[in-house]
Amino acid sequence: MTNIWTKLRAQPWIWSFIAMIAVWLATIAFTGGQGAGEILTAALSFATFTIIIGLGQMMVITTGPGNVDLSIPATITLAGVVATKVMDTDNARLLIGILAALGASFVVGLFNYGLIRLLRIPPIIATLSSSFLILSTAISYGRGIRIKPPPMLADFATTRILGVPLLAIFVLALSIGIALLIKRTLYGRTVLAIGQNPRAARLAGLNVDLTRFATYLLSALLAGVTGIVLSGFSGGAALNMGEGFLLASIAVVVIGGTSVAGGRANVPGIWGAALFIYLLDTMLNTFGASAGIRLIMTGVIIIAVITIAGGDRQQR
Amino acid sequence: MTALALNRKTLRALLPLASLALVLAATFYAQPRTMSYFGLNLMLQYAVPIALATIAQMFIITVNDLDLSIGPFVGLVGCIGATYLHDTPVLGILALLLCIGAYAAMAALIHLRNLPSIVVTLGASFIWLGIAVMILPSPGGKAPDWLKAIMSLQVPLIPFPIIAALLIALLVHIGLMTSSYGVIMRGTGGNPRAMARAGWSELKTKMVMYGLAGFFGVLSGLSLIGLTTSADAHIADRYTLYAIAGVILGGGEFVGGRVSPFGAVIGALTLALAGSFLIFMRISPDWQIGAQGAILIIVLALRALISAGEARR
Repeated sequence: MTNIWTKLRAQPWIWSFIAMIAVWLATIAFTGGQGAGEILTAALSFATFTIIIGLGQMMVITTGPGNVDLSIPATITLAGVVATKVMDTDNARLLIGILAALGASFVVGLFNYGLIRLLRIPPIIATLSSSFLILSTAISYGRGIRIKPPPMLADFATTRILGVPLLAIFVLALSIGIALLIKRTLYGRTVLAIGQNPRAARLAGLNVDLTRFATYLLSALLAGVTGIVLSGFSGGAALNMGEGFLLASIAVVVIGGTSVAGGRANVPGIWGAALFIYLLDTMLNTFGASAGIRLIMTGVIIIAVITIAGGDRQQR
Repeated sequence: MTALALNRKTLRALLPLASLALVLAATFYAQPRTMSYFGLNLMLQYAVPIALATIAQMFIITVNDLDLSIGPFVGLVGCIGATYLHDTPVLGILALLLCIGAYAAMAALIHLRNLPSIVVTLGASFIWLGIAVMILPSPGGKAPDWLKAIMSLQVPLIPFPIIAALLIALLVHIGLMTSSYGVIMRGTGGNPRAMARAGWSELKTKMVMYGLAGFFGVLSGLSLIGLTTSADAHIADRYTLYAIAGVILGGGEFVGGRVSPFGAVIGALTLALAGSFLIFMRISPDWQIGAQGAILIIVLALRALISAGEARR
């Protein structure tokens, strides 16, 4: 028994799951066991969006210190607006809409890496500046009108099978795919190598530039996917739909046990952390806390979790 | 060769000033009536709180961290200023001191547990916003009269915001760039391990730098409500981005303790002016944010061009 616990405790993702279960138990203790399953189902639905962008952000952060994608919220908005506008509530135009939205996200990724590589702008500033441009493009293109998603997209985003959201199953498949990508492919291994030591990776003959390029593209595309499904889920794209996802994307990566110094990624932790963040919000709502208290508690608990989970002890 | 090298270096140092001059010239061209004492006063008054927030961010960047909470923090200070500081000054001052202390405590937490500053400050931004919402649930409050008096000061010949901005830059320059303790603080950004081996506590340096950032954040919030005369929890949400952009526009580097107080203030002035310029140019409100992003990218591209020349030598 102690052996299992020692092994578990060494897993970087364990803290996010402990935090998640603690928050869930506190919530059902308060309601007296009512709606325990419902809360989990809702959490699975809402957390899926955070998980998708979290996976992209995780890959970016894993490529080493200073790498972070701050343009994710703006890209979500742009993709959502492009998708719903091109689809124009028509099922027949679903595929064109998805392609258009992913195309826009592709351009975002291209632009981000162009700024980083060609202009040598630090990624934080590069993605921040480009997020302004992306948001303006979305505002100007979307003109603030909320267009309903086509029925098929809305169904896909909201269907549940035996209480489990269909979307969550797709995101599970996506997560397994990303985990295999990291563990089994040249690309994934290169990302880890760059995160651990970019010089050594380059000297070992790995294609550092191409890998980093692919990583920023991946992050933008995953943000695009989030934008598409989120607009299906919430009945249309809105210009503020990306709000709140900036903290969420970074927080789930860090709480989930991925090394901020780069070189170590952790997919299961993203799930635990995303569910934790949503359940935390549910718990504070259930307790009937005021808006101010909810904000304070969110901040305090996020800081507390990363303090307990610890920073990087193995930093070079 | 040396002459050329010197040229590149001066060019790089002059870039922030050149961007400011360019935006200023463009503004004058778009709206000649701004070329007056009152015009400049009006356009630049909000540059003072932005410049102070930028200086706060600069202190954090000096020690290789990044503060994503300065905007909500300035908003919180504004709320305290328009309520407690106005009604019960002693309590207000105590609350503001507590805020500065909280910043220093944040530094201790980040250093001792080796946590990423981005996440801790992002979490802290929720705390500041939450407290601000509790103090002032809806926009309102009253700024103390002495604050309003300071911010509406009329100085002959040169508009007050310009004098204030230069004064801020000069004070910080003396403290950070010329004093021996300033060298230690910048050295901690350059090579923390070397400074620690030389016997300077990194913990102490970081706490001092975060404390100074908190202090300038307080000044920023107070000067802001001196202008707006009332407060709101969300009054300064954009300042986080302004402050980072200001430091970078001013020639600051992200790592290595390479910062410039004058540059940071000039960067803040450029950003404040850019807002007015975009309005005068009748650029659609949709593209206001985008245009600011574009300005940032253009300046950084120019800098990269100069640096690329430097590297090629």
